[in-house]
Amino acid sequence: MSVSRIFAIVLRQFYIVRGSFARLFPLFAWAGIDMILWGFLTRYLNNFVSSGFNFVPMLLGAVLLWDFFIRIMQGVTMAFFEDVWSNNFINVFASPLLISEYVLGLVISSIATSMIGLTVMLFIVVFFFKLSLLIYGIMAVPFILVLFLFGISIGVFGSALVLHLGPASEWFIWPIPALISPFVGVLYPISTLPHWMQLVARFLPPSYVFEGLRAIVLGKEFSGITLVWGGCLAVLYIFLAYMFFVKIYKHSLHTGLLVRHSAETLN
Amino acid sequence: MTEILSVKSLSKSYGKTVAVDGISFNVRPNEIVGLLGPNGAGKTTTISMLLGVLKPDAGSIYIEGMDLRGSRSCAISRTNFTAVYTPLPGNMTLEENLRIFARIWGVKDVPGRVDKVIEEFDLAGFRNKKCGLFSSGEQTRAGLAKAMLNEPNLLLLDEPTASLDPSTAEEIRGKIRKFVSRSSGGVLWTSHNMYEVEAVCDRVLFLSRGKILLEGDPKTLPAEHGKKTLEELFIKIAREPLTVGVF
Repeated sequence: MSVSRIFAIVLRQFYIVRGSFARLFPLFAWAGIDMILWGFLTRYLNNFVSSGFNFVPMLLGAVLLWDFFIRIMQGVTMAFFEDVWSNNFINVFASPLLISEYVLGLVISSIATSMIGLTVMLFIVVFFFKLSLLIYGIMAVPFILVLFLFGISIGVFGSALVLHLGPASEWFIWPIPALISPFVGVLYPISTLPHWMQLVARFLPPSYVFEGLRAIVLGKEFSGITLVWGGCLAVLYIFLAYMFFVKIYKHSLHTGLLVRHSAETLN
Repeated sequence: MTEILSVKSLSKSYGKTVAVDGISFNVRPNEIVGLLGPNGAGKTTTISMLLGVLKPDAGSIYIEGMDLRGSRSCAISRTNFTAVYTPLPGNMTLEENLRIFARIWGVKDVPGRVDKVIEEFDLAGFRNKKCGLFSSGEQTRAGLAKAMLNEPNLLLLDEPTASLDPSTAEEIRGKIRKFVSRSSGGVLWTSHNMYEVEAVCDRVLFLSRGKILLEGDPKTLPAEHGKKTLEELFIKIAREPLTVGVF
């Protein structure tokens, strides 16, 4: 692997975001608005519960973590879409760049761009809605890590799908978090779900994060082992997503899809 | 080493359509080889396979003795390319694009090399302009500047002067000739401009229906086949490939 080539992919994203208000603004704006909306909602809900209970760490904290997951996933796909939108596949892939370097470059770009969103979200929830991450204790770190890993896996998987199906299929990618969210219990316990949805939830790493978050806030017992299982699942999904990306890439080399990507032909 | 590029029995089909049918050729140091043929002859498919963005069904490609299948990254690092259908991303400036591609190609002194190619292709006035705002001629020069970043030993040019006025095209041909004479590099050049091919190429390969029909010196080849000019020979091959005895 070449650090210089990985850096080139990250640098490309930096140049593009730096030079475009339309790209810079969404990195923090929608996440910030989400925090404001849910911040006021939790304040309102606090009026209806007995004193001592606080919706802020349970709901607002969960929404913050979920938004972080979305930023990570979109960070990967956005960096990939830049090559789709600028018809740049031949320039990128007819070069010494390895596919592993390219994907790693997308992931690092995503870390950089999602940190902007996370910083803005934290600023809003801490200063305006008095959410302290300390309430989650040391578990805040694995919560973020598991969501980060799962976000990367979904981002790489989504990019592979677009590589396979063509530019218009990006509209399949944007709603993926919305499709996942009912299963992972961002706002409610998994036990609320019907049995078949609970089974699906077991295979989704964020389920363990949000169950853990609720348990901590409600003062219930929570085993870190279940979070380790969630982390292992997320690592497995990253591996599978990367393998899927490589398979799609090799398939597109064989069919000619890479050089005729805009034709949106599956061959 | 005697060959920069060595292609053996290269084939590619899209379903039942045979795009490239078992072609073999080579490019030697200090040589410009023209890859000619009518539209759909298989030129771009061949170039795509040489660039590693299309996998051949059969055959082998060696760049400076390195097998493209086994040493893709290393082999491609000795090449570069430009084509009218692969402009530099329009949402970045010329300098940004060149800095990125210089890093991808492992250029040691990135700022120095970027300055050099910008100067070489008279692009100083466009350094901070987004590539999407370039005219066709400026885009071609920018593409060539990118192609020269790593001082490649094998340069693949797919119709590099297709959108240029005669004066700019002549300038570009001069720069490519200069590149070949001052280095040990070789060039594979596709073009539909037979005047240009005759002026620039040391050797030409006529491709039709995925096969190489003729190969030779562009200055003597027409007479050898009873034609006055390369253009006449091209038209004959494009319309009546059977008469040259391959199919």
